[in-house]
Amino acid sequence: MTRIDIAPSDRGPRSGNAVEVRGIVKHYGETKALDGVDLTVRQGTVLGVLGPNGAGKTTLVRVLSTLVKPDAGTAYVGGYDVLRQPRQLRRTIGLTGQYASVDELLSGYENLYLIGRLLDLPAKEAKARATELLERFSLTEAAKRPAKTYSGGMRRRLDLAASMIGRPRVLYLDEPTTGLDPRTRNEVWDEVQRMVAEGSTVLLTTQYMEEAEQLAHGLTVIDRGRVIASGGVSELKTQVGGRTLHVTPAHTAELPEMARCLHEAGLTAATVSEDAGVLTVQLADDEQLTTVVGVLGTRSFGIASIDTKLPSLDEVFLAITAKPAVTAAPTPAKETVA
Amino acid sequence: MTTAIAYETSDPRIGPGAHLRHVGALTRRNLMRIKADPESILDAVLVPIILTVLFSYVFGGAVSGDQHTYIQYMIPGLLGTTGLNLAMAVGTGLNSDFQTGVMDRFRTLPIGRASVLLSKIAAETLRCLLSFTILIGFAMVLGLEIKTDPLQLLAAVGLSLLFGMSVVWISMLLGMSLRSAQAVQGVSMMVMMPLQFGSSIFAPTNSMPGWLQSFTHYNPLSALADACRALINGQGAVAHPVTVVLLWSVAITAVTAPLAVARFRRRA
Repeated sequence: MTRIDIAPSDRGPRSGNAVEVRGIVKHYGETKALDGVDLTVRQGTVLGVLGPNGAGKTTLVRVLSTLVKPDAGTAYVGGYDVLRQPRQLRRTIGLTGQYASVDELLSGYENLYLIGRLLDLPAKEAKARATELLERFSLTEAAKRPAKTYSGGMRRRLDLAASMIGRPRVLYLDEPTTGLDPRTRNEVWDEVQRMVAEGSTVLLTTQYMEEAEQLAHGLTVIDRGRVIASGGVSELKTQVGGRTLHVTPAHTAELPEMARCLHEAGLTAATVSEDAGVLTVQLADDEQLTTVVGVLGTRSFGIASIDTKLPSLDEVFLAITAKPAVTAAPTPAKETVA
Repeated sequence: MTTAIAYETSDPRIGPGAHLRHVGALTRRNLMRIKADPESILDAVLVPIILTVLFSYVFGGAVSGDQHTYIQYMIPGLLGTTGLNLAMAVGTGLNSDFQTGVMDRFRTLPIGRASVLLSKIAAETLRCLLSFTILIGFAMVLGLEIKTDPLQLLAAVGLSLLFGMSVVWISMLLGMSLRSAQAVQGVSMMVMMPLQFGSSIFAPTNSMPGWLQSFTHYNPLSALADACRALINGQGAVAHPVTVVLLWSVAITAVTAPLAVARFRRRA
């Protein structure tokens, strides 16, 4: 990853980048919520910001939406400086927070109409836009009901609709599907994909690897206020570990013998899972794959299936956020490491 | 860097017309909230009635000899304190607004920093006027007489409203500075109780001990009660207490309004 550093001066952002963050620091007393974060979101793409709870994801979104002033660093959104041009910046962005930011007492329609008016749409246009978005988010039937009677998914959709009233160029989605059931989560994903297809740039924070895999073009992993990895989804996967080979024998009884042969051939990473009836081999490189196939082939083992898998994003995530063990801490005795 | 220049010049300064529209839209929201939750206006409707009944029948005989005289004495003072009691509740409401995400949404919209707070003032003004109307109307049923003229009555109402709105700024500042709605309520009570009772609202001050009299003398609520009494009953000096109340209102607003607006943006 080549990184062109831009001096925190009047140089402004590079074109093509909807969001540019350089060295953002934010302290809350002793805690460093953000400790020098750099990231870039290219126009029209989705950047997934991954991290565990308390990693600084929400603080980052709050800095980028002018709710929190950073202690150091620069950030540009849509070409506007978060510190010096907050008013223009607010016109560029839409924010959907972790907690639905709609007025519970107002109806869905009134919520959207209010935002439209606050964004200077004429009354007629605000009305039309509210109706249009209610339709699009399948909320037309519930339009007149107070938002507090909505289900969690409906509220989240209303919240998304509210952040889209002003057709923002950049959307922040702060854990948009946390706490949603799978069906509603899919609805939200569909909507996000649609927004991107229409040209929006999205910065998405999430704890769910699946979500990032589904939606994001690029990934930035943060932990304790720092970027610990960034790149494309597949890039990150290869960075963390090679592929895993799964061999399902035709006769489960042959499993131990298969493993023994592989060990003899120097593939010590071959492990047998008797329960699943599968032989797994961690592959360091492609040659090892050829060796496995060769060894199993010469000995004429019956093979039902054979496939290789990249590590899941969950595994990637665990691998890079794994905290170094504190020396003094007692290690759980029974833990077996594969 | 032509693009950079384009960004600079596209700075959409918010004009007075836009400000008015924003405050109007937010005031509409506040009123619709009342409509959706009518119980939230019970305090404005019932408190003046309860206080009138309670004070005139409990203290009336003891303080003034009979209820009728006491009503004439106490109601103008109660007018001032009604605005105050309603005002202190605004901070509690604002605090709970911040607990939900709604305030975050408002603060990320390209609207003026003061719009949300001004819309609270606007909605509160309407609530206060409703409450004043009920108080005066109910007290008149119990025998209150307007011994001056409607214009002076309006002046008394206006003065109470002005002072009440200056206190709304204090209340909003508290609401945004303290952590929980309960804390806001607690602090408000702590400040309001001595101010209200250590004044000439409920009883003439001449029977109070000297140290308390000096307190009540400088208590703006005494000035407010005296001013309303003069404007409704036509007794006592008008100019002095009215001036004192005006000065207090302007001073409180001048100090707390900018602080509240700054706090609104900076609250994390």
